[in-house]
Amino acid sequence: MARAVSIRRKSITTAAAWALGLMMFFPILWIAILSLKTEGDAIRAPIEVLSSVWTFESFGAVQERSDYLKHFTNSVVISFGSTFLGLLIAVPAAWAMAFVPGKRTKDVLMWMLSTKMLPPVGVLVPIYLIFRDAELLDTRIGLVFVLMMINLPIIIWMLYTYFREIPGEILEAARMDGASLREEVFFVLMPMAIPGMASTVLLNVILAWNEAFWTLNLTAADAAPLTAFIASYSSPEGLFYAKLSAASIMAIAPILIMGWFSQKQLVRGLTFGAVK
Amino acid sequence: MATQHSRAAARLMISPAVLLLLCWMLIPLGLTIYFSFLRFNLIMPSGNEMVIGVFGHGLRVPGPEDFSGWENFYWFVTDPSFQAAIINTLVLVGGVLFITVIGGTLFALLLDQPMWGQGIVRILVIAPFFVMPTVSGLVWKNMFMNPVNGIFAHLAIGLGLEPFDFFSQAPLASIIWIVSWQWLPFATLILLTALQSLDQEQLEAAEMDGANWINRFFFVMLPHLARAITVVILIQTIFLLSIFAEILVTTNGGPGTATTNLTYLIYVSSLLQFDVGMGSAGGVIAIILANIVAIFLMRMIGKNLDA
Amino acid sequence: MKVRKSLYAATALALVAGGGAVAEELTIATVNNSDMIIMQKLSPQWEEATGNTLNWVVLEENVLRQRVTTDIATKGGSFDVITIGAYEAPIWGAQDWLVSLDDLGDAYDYDDIYEPVRNGLSANGSLYAVPFYAESSFTFYRTDVFEAAGIEAPSEQITYDEFAEIVAKVHDPDNGVFGTCQRGKAGWGENMAFVGPMVNAFGGRWFDMDWNPQLTSDEWKNAINYYVDLMNNYGPPGASSNGHNENRALFADGKCATWVDATSAAGYIFNPNESSVADKTDFFQAPKQVTDKGTGWFWAWALAIPASSAKVDAAKDFLAWATSKEYVELVGETEGWVAAPPGTRASTYANEKYLAAAPFAETVENSILAANPADPTKDPVPYTGVQFVAIPEFQGIGNYVGQQIAAALAGQQTVDQALENAQTFAVREMTKAGYIK
Repeated sequence: MARAVSIRRKSITTAAAWALGLMMFFPILWIAILSLKTEGDAIRAPIEVLSSVWTFESFGAVQERSDYLKHFTNSVVISFGSTFLGLLIAVPAAWAMAFVPGKRTKDVLMWMLSTKMLPPVGVLVPIYLIFRDAELLDTRIGLVFVLMMINLPIIIWMLYTYFREIPGEILEAARMDGASLREEVFFVLMPMAIPGMASTVLLNVILAWNEAFWTLNLTAADAAPLTAFIASYSSPEGLFYAKLSAASIMAIAPILIMGWFSQKQLVRGLTFGAVK
Repeated sequence: MATQHSRAAARLMISPAVLLLLCWMLIPLGLTIYFSFLRFNLIMPSGNEMVIGVFGHGLRVPGPEDFSGWENFYWFVTDPSFQAAIINTLVLVGGVLFITVIGGTLFALLLDQPMWGQGIVRILVIAPFFVMPTVSGLVWKNMFMNPVNGIFAHLAIGLGLEPFDFFSQAPLASIIWIVSWQWLPFATLILLTALQSLDQEQLEAAEMDGANWINRFFFVMLPHLARAITVVILIQTIFLLSIFAEILVTTNGGPGTATTNLTYLIYVSSLLQFDVGMGSAGGVIAIILANIVAIFLMRMIGKNLDA
Repeated sequence: MKVRKSLYAATALALVAGGGAVAEELTIATVNNSDMIIMQKLSPQWEEATGNTLNWVVLEENVLRQRVTTDIATKGGSFDVITIGAYEAPIWGAQDWLVSLDDLGDAYDYDDIYEPVRNGLSANGSLYAVPFYAESSFTFYRTDVFEAAGIEAPSEQITYDEFAEIVAKVHDPDNGVFGTCQRGKAGWGENMAFVGPMVNAFGGRWFDMDWNPQLTSDEWKNAINYYVDLMNNYGPPGASSNGHNENRALFADGKCATWVDATSAAGYIFNPNESSVADKTDFFQAPKQVTDKGTGWFWAWALAIPASSAKVDAAKDFLAWATSKEYVELVGETEGWVAAPPGTRASTYANEKYLAAAPFAETVENSILAANPADPTKDPVPYTGVQFVAIPEFQGIGNYVGQQIAAALAGQQTVDQALENAQTFAVREMTKAGYIK
């Protein structure tokens, strides 16, 4: 039986939680507002900003300067591509670690995570030279590969902790019934792990979408995603608040909307298995 | 019940991941270590090149003629900014962890209460996590913390106060604030999930026994949250050690070295001074330090991850 | 549209000269300032005329510099046209990283480009980058504010001391006008571009004839103390994070009474579409102090072709178009003459329409012709460059010194301490690079 909660208490928590939510969200809301203002109005005091005219001109100005659709497409290809490629490699690895653990499994996992600690700025020149000679500079496939490598440890870890919650007996039963290893993984394990896989995909798409070092440094024009798009607005060119806001909204809106629609899945799997 | 057969299969299945990560780690790391012993400045090429036979037509890198011994390490460690960078890195990671763990716990406790519109509130709270680091740095710097046109300045003037100049008076704290804003949602989410899985009966039992709110929190909830907190600390540390974009777009590591962390210092050496040799030495040092932190973390909290 | 027609004729000519008619796709890296954005806007005309297409990579200055340097130094070949400054052009040219640009054809009229500009972009007698616009520095001031304070604008070059007196009188923060806005954001191309010429005026220099750094000399101390006091007393809050662009926005918004900065900003400040003070701004020379040598800087943004580009002919054709007399005219006719790229060609300054639209034209021309990077300081120096030192090591040193001075400006350390740190660092770098034995 749920504890009876007084209306008064519920009102107070509701008010506090809403205040908190709005506070956290306010910066995003504010750039959304500024993006719909003229440059001149965007730097006024908040009250004056709200009472000024609304306009879409900044979005027009941004679109005139940079090809949003191209950057958007690149972002989608790179973030989803790297995540799915990562999944392809991570699922078998996570299966092996979760269902056939050895003495060193935990060490291997920790070692994998530690590869994430390589500071990107320190290895840019080596990677740049490799990319140059492998002709991967400014290609989507090159970025897909790099971002896949960067996020692979997180993907493996998330899947591993999730797989561990699935009782091994079920897989065993499938094996008894004559399922091959491939069938076992693809038709028994993966369907059961869908919530966990969904949140793994979501988290990694978000991380890849927002990755701003490699995507900026290894691209020029063809493969440049939205992080490069925003880099051309990062310093003021005269009055620039409205244009910066519009560009920012354009860069974060797709992932924000995706995040909102899928937040239930995200939360469900964000347990890293062990948390629950 | 792991048979010999499935062990072999397991090894086979884990090997692509291990091999790839091994290459990913060893090739750049190997080159970084190699470069760290060379006199290698991008804008002052010595002309010595050698070719390593990979990728069809080979990988061209500077030749070993420019060997410089431990010089790069010496210069990096004696860089006047080095000490500040180490301290700033630790303060930045520590500060953000402190804010996000405490804040995240409080947020989670609040959001766990019954309320109207819980779904929407949760959406609002997690939104900052989806924002690109570059964008959040730019937005906070310009629209909020700018001492002339920022919203805080307008508020201060409205209240008759002097606008506070965030990035020159409290640069590191401002960066910590921005980064915390991005990571609070993550901590909140993980902790909230953990909290929701807490057995209500256990709490009610504690309440029956006369435990007050504080006792219930410290003796029932907190132990239950321990593992979630560990996960938050671990994941965030991995990301926070290499915070870069937020610093680049706001303070450029300054004023002075007030916001230069280790990652930024390496960036300065290798991509502003183009001294790849010294930058690589910095990279090697950063990896060693990161691994020390990692081992330390594992020892401290790793046992929480056993399950 | 006579202009457009002659422009097409020019490009057609260049095409014939280049000999290739194959449509190429060029990748061009450029900086996000307004002149370049106008170029991006107008470039479809070139694309239509030649059948080539352009892929734009528009980045903020520091990101651009880092990105382009990495690519060119590793011969990555990501870009066909790059935007570089007067600092990089001679250094990179001497290293054969750039394609020599001496053969853009007679129609290009090299002699029309100002000699100091040409010299500044050449190495070993070859031109390695063609100027898009060039600038010196001078003092912008608000005529209405000066009038209200009863101050007459100086007609001769004043000293920094006199400048400080004027600034004190016009400082009126209660009405939202700060006495002066100057660059404070750290970076060799940011605060050091202002500080460098100011140190020159105070009689200081970066290095003596044996390449020993002189950053703790009395001249440097006087200059930096003056700068920090001036900014703390009469500058806007947050000055240590204001660069050229931030200050330009502040000035255009009417928040500054005086501002010593690039002459190229005049086209923006005097453009009523962009600036609220277009009709109440005037200018005088950048101040001197103990000497008038090296008090106005010299800078140019220029276009160049990396030696690693595989599309040199098409790229040359674009360069010839974007830096031609005809392009200047095209901008004048379509964007308004006040926005025409300044400082590069004598023909621009002979154009009546430009002179009529740009009240600052003559002063800018004189400042650029007067800037002498070869003899920038009171005491002799082994280097060239007014606000920079034309050696590869300077970026690192300039950035570090800039950081230290920004920290002193923000009040995080004393001026003496900042200069002490700066000196230590400069000695270190010069030792490491083998200048100091």
